[in-house]
Amino acid sequence: MSRVGGSFVAMKKKPVREMKKISFDVEKYRRDFPLLNQKVYGKQLVYLDNAATTQKPQAVIDAVTRYYSAENANIHRGIHYLSQKATDAYDESRDKIQHFLGARDWREIIFVRGATEGINLVAQSYGRKFLKEGDEVIISAMEHHSNIVPWQILCEETGARLRVVPINDRGELLLGEYEKLLNKRTRFVSITQMSNALGTINPVKRMIEIAHRTGVPVLVDGAQSAPHLAVDVQDLDCDFFVFSGHKIYGPTGIGVLYGKAEWLERMPPYQGGGDMISRVSFEKTLYNKIPFKFEAGTPHIEGVIGLGAAIDYLTKIGLGKIAAYEAELLAYAAEKLSSIPGLRLIGTAKEKASIVSFVLGEIHAHDIGTILDQQGIAIRAGHHCAMPVMERFQVPATARASLAFYNRKEDIDTLERGISKVFEVFK
Amino acid sequence: MTSELKELYQELILDHSKSPRNFHAMKGAHRKAEGYNPLCGDRITVYLQLDGGVIKDISFEGSGCAISKASSSMMTASLKGRTVAEARDFFENFHNMLTGRGKSVDKEKLGKLVVFQGISEFPVRVKCATLAWHTLHAALESDGQTVSTE
Repeated sequence: MSRVGGSFVAMKKKPVREMKKISFDVEKYRRDFPLLNQKVYGKQLVYLDNAATTQKPQAVIDAVTRYYSAENANIHRGIHYLSQKATDAYDESRDKIQHFLGARDWREIIFVRGATEGINLVAQSYGRKFLKEGDEVIISAMEHHSNIVPWQILCEETGARLRVVPINDRGELLLGEYEKLLNKRTRFVSITQMSNALGTINPVKRMIEIAHRTGVPVLVDGAQSAPHLAVDVQDLDCDFFVFSGHKIYGPTGIGVLYGKAEWLERMPPYQGGGDMISRVSFEKTLYNKIPFKFEAGTPHIEGVIGLGAAIDYLTKIGLGKIAAYEAELLAYAAEKLSSIPGLRLIGTAKEKASIVSFVLGEIHAHDIGTILDQQGIAIRAGHHCAMPVMERFQVPATARASLAFYNRKEDIDTLERGISKVFEVFK
Repeated sequence: MTSELKELYQELILDHSKSPRNFHAMKGAHRKAEGYNPLCGDRITVYLQLDGGVIKDISFEGSGCAISKASSSMMTASLKGRTVAEARDFFENFHNMLTGRGKSVDKEKLGKLVVFQGISEFPVRVKCATLAWHTLHAALESDGQTVSTE
């Protein structure tokens, strides 16, 4: 699998509304996803809500079923056959994720519930230890609430201050403004690699370089990017990286926090309990080494195993291939949709992936969503947990179609027809 | 268009959403309440002017989907000149109709508002239709708290 560390997928404008011939057997891959083959309200399901959650290939479903049918046991401390098997499967998944992210060491991979928990862990554990009154944390104006609120909570607790990098009308981060915000009080930067509301891909590698000049660590929120771009955390040189399993064709309730060992070792525990200790007494408790220090209690074993299976599945296809196909599909979608009179795209960054957010004049996103739903088309309508983005673009909500590699040209055509129906209702 | 959609977005509802009645702020309102649906961003402010136990004037402001706008508009049109007791009655009836809780619904009393009964086929949208009414309820009880659908 080719590692294209921190690279972008450019949106190309096509002169004709044809999809360029990329050799990607989408129909073959669709057959791997049993849920896609169904009708809703008598219409073929067109699932375009992948930024909210992705569907699961049979391989992932089988891995979870197999675990519970034959291999379930608690891990790490059991001394019987099944517990050894379960432990091996669990540890193997961690290794797979280490390689998937290009991390140096398996001990830098921490299992959490999802990107949200990963960010909260860093904010609380790193933040409360290293931040004090008057310090500053930088985020951007396009963040998901999960990369805003934990920092707000931290700032309230420590007396630190939150600074926000503005975005332009295309939904692009203003790098110059980011550089201006960095000052000697800056202690942390937390940035999304790809916006869930706009699809914008941020130049995180460059931003990390700039922050590191003054020793400021950076967390990259990869919840949306990990499924669509190949990530190499050493190439990015990010200090922390988070992503969620359910957005990358894996189970819900599982996610990953990658952190450089040098930070994780200095950070206090997040949750206390079993497994994260090396020795407990009422006088004094000694904490375990990383990554276990941050994994209290029996983990979501099935989730870890399912996530490992998802990573295997993706690696077999090749994330580079997936990214290239999705780029073509996105270009096709953007061109088709932007030529619909009365449709305004929200988020038209030069570098973006997978996401098409739009508004239809005065017609509210909720109404768009319901009318599309009745035609079997699943999109999302609302603020997408990014209220500041809605505010920035002066819209109460957007309709958002988000692509995955099992979507095809026909899905976009159906969406286009669906949108005409919306206009019909509201003429 | 499916028959369900036809019912949801029928003429009367579309008309009220495009040209909402009583859609303005009210200077000197006796009561005012704000409602909000955090899931989709629908916002509404309901203004009341009361005289004795009668709703002398009622208006609303806000932004939201066609269903919420239409519901707000039709609510104000139905309640102007009614007593507070009648308004409470309307609220209960309307709410029961939408949530299909099996409680008795007096459809005749609801008049034009029965047009919303199709919403029970779209449970996700029920909150759009009831936001205005919950906000009205808050305005009547006047505890000053912003009403949320959550």
